[in-house]
Amino acid sequence: MIGDITFGQYFPGKSIIHKADPRLKITLTVAYIVLLFIANNFLSLAAVVGFILLIMALSKVPVGLYFKSMKAVIFIVTFTSILNLFYGTGEPLVKFGFITITQNGVFNAIFISVRIVSLILTSSVLTFTTSPTQLTDAIERLLKPLSYLRVPVHEFAMMMTIALRFVPTLLEETDKIMSAQKARGADMESGGIIQRVRALIPILIPLFVSAFRRAYELATAMESRCYHGGKGRTKMKLLKFGKVDVIVIGAVLINLALFIVLNIIFPPSIVL
Amino acid sequence: MNVIETKNLSFTYGVNTPFEITAVDDVSISVEEGEFLGVMGHTGSGKSTLIQMLNGLIKPTSGQILLNGGDIWEHPKEIRKVRFQVGMVFQYPEYQLFEETVIKDIMFGPKNMGLSDEEARRRAMEAVRFVELPEDLLEKSPFDLSGGEKRRAAIAGVIAMDPEVLILDEPTAGLDPRGRDVLLTQIQQYHKERENTVLFVSHSMEDIARIADRILVMNKGKEAMLDSTHEVFRRTEELKKMGLRVPQITEIMQKLHERGYPVDDGTLTMDEALRQLIPYMKRREENR
Ligand SMILES: Nc1ncnc2c1ncn2[C@@H]1O[C@H](COP(=O)(O)OP(=O)(O)OP(=O)(O)O)[C@@H](O)[C@H]1O
Ligand SMILES: [Mg+2]
Repeated sequence: MIGDITFGQYFPGKSIIHKADPRLKITLTVAYIVLLFIANNFLSLAAVVGFILLIMALSKVPVGLYFKSMKAVIFIVTFTSILNLFYGTGEPLVKFGFITITQNGVFNAIFISVRIVSLILTSSVLTFTTSPTQLTDAIERLLKPLSYLRVPVHEFAMMMTIALRFVPTLLEETDKIMSAQKARGADMESGGIIQRVRALIPILIPLFVSAFRRAYELATAMESRCYHGGKGRTKMKLLKFGKVDVIVIGAVLINLALFIVLNIIFPPSIVL
Repeated sequence: MNVIETKNLSFTYGVNTPFEITAVDDVSISVEEGEFLGVMGHTGSGKSTLIQMLNGLIKPTSGQILLNGGDIWEHPKEIRKVRFQVGMVFQYPEYQLFEETVIKDIMFGPKNMGLSDEEARRRAMEAVRFVELPEDLLEKSPFDLSGGEKRRAAIAGVIAMDPEVLILDEPTAGLDPRGRDVLLTQIQQYHKERENTVLFVSHSMEDIARIADRILVMNKGKEAMLDSTHEVFRRTEELKKMGLRVPQITEIMQKLHERGYPVDDGTLTMDEALRQLIPYMKRREENR
């Protein structure tokens, strides 16, 4: 049930994608999402998607997990592609009553589905291969310049680390509390809206109580280890650029060149 | 007569994911009406998973659970009825309290059964009597109670449903020695008065030895032993291989037995041991 959602989950491994510097991975994820939106013909899109598929294969994360991460967006993908299918312009391919499907509509639908799916895949590669701590550590580093503008970057990153850390804990706790209340006959599956909302009370109250309890305990534990914010704090594991990263950057540059060429030479495949 | 019977019961977490774990593996057991069954096993051996299947909280991957002869999943819509018949107290039950007052929280189960306010209150008060919760606490917020009091209030919340079978998952975990003793006595008392069936999961060999008629030993998701308490605790070596042990006093008595002292190697409690040792010592004294 709750545990079925894999989007945003870390999958430990030793592949070269796991080993790459998290800062590089974040930057590249953002860059490739932008590329997905710049691509305007099928060939340049294929260049981007091909590279993403290559990275996925290198990550050695089971394909099944990638499929599962799509579960959440399958509805959006179907919905937008159907919309696009009917709203194409130009010569009609098929005419069916008031419904007309044009070649342009078909292209749009395919193009946009591929875009959304690749978007999810790209971010899944990042979260599957980067542990939450690495992720926030990298974000902290990348946002460091902002701290000169007095933005509390470290505190922000720490809050994110803690939030991410407690997501699985809270899910597990929700599961437990739900079981306990069901065992006392709580009925969560039937009734109207009002009854269903009321049925949440026995779950939400214990959940909040325990979240606050955990927060206090964590705060005490941090203070008793002399945590006092980011000032003067050093890292145990320094992020370092390695050989892997140089190779990745090289591959990306080649891919980028190919993309630019393809995107300029060939005419746009879609008209929006 | 068997209240609960399982047939080739299995449960797998995370089917079709890389995290697949078979927590309960082909378990066929029967629980006799009115017995006090202790359940033990190393951590992760599938005890909690097994008992959660017994009252329909999780649905078996394969196999059957018979309650008084009927398959509990025959009518999935009526699974709530099964939960009233088989009451379940989870590990650390105090985290399930949520109502404004303690008494309202204890009445939550009975009210869900569709009982009237009066009847629910009557049952709640009876449950309160079993767990010996002081009456002046009943109108307080459950969050203002001490840890031990919360635990007893939560257990009362399940007892108040008057289930035919009561399952307790490590009810004494995290209590001080006196608290454990008192709670154990209360459960024993409850079992005696109501004459219903109790399943009691515990990591404490001493607790189980003191209270259980029979013991189910789980090992790596499989049923390793199901026998009378005396018989199970005779198999010291096998238990040790599963990361379990026998009560300390049993081990001492077994060692004495091996060295030729006239004592029973199936001794389970301190009282039983004293009953054998004191006369023996006296006789030796006299012979000197
Ligand atoms: N919600 C869950 N999701 C996935 N795996 C689980 C889940 N709950 C338990 N498991 C796994 O199933 C196995 C059996 O767990 P279970 O909780 O039944 O053991 P247990 O005998 O009750 O242990 P303990 O004595 O520690 O309470 C373990 O390997 C555990 O990791
Ligand atoms: Mg358990």
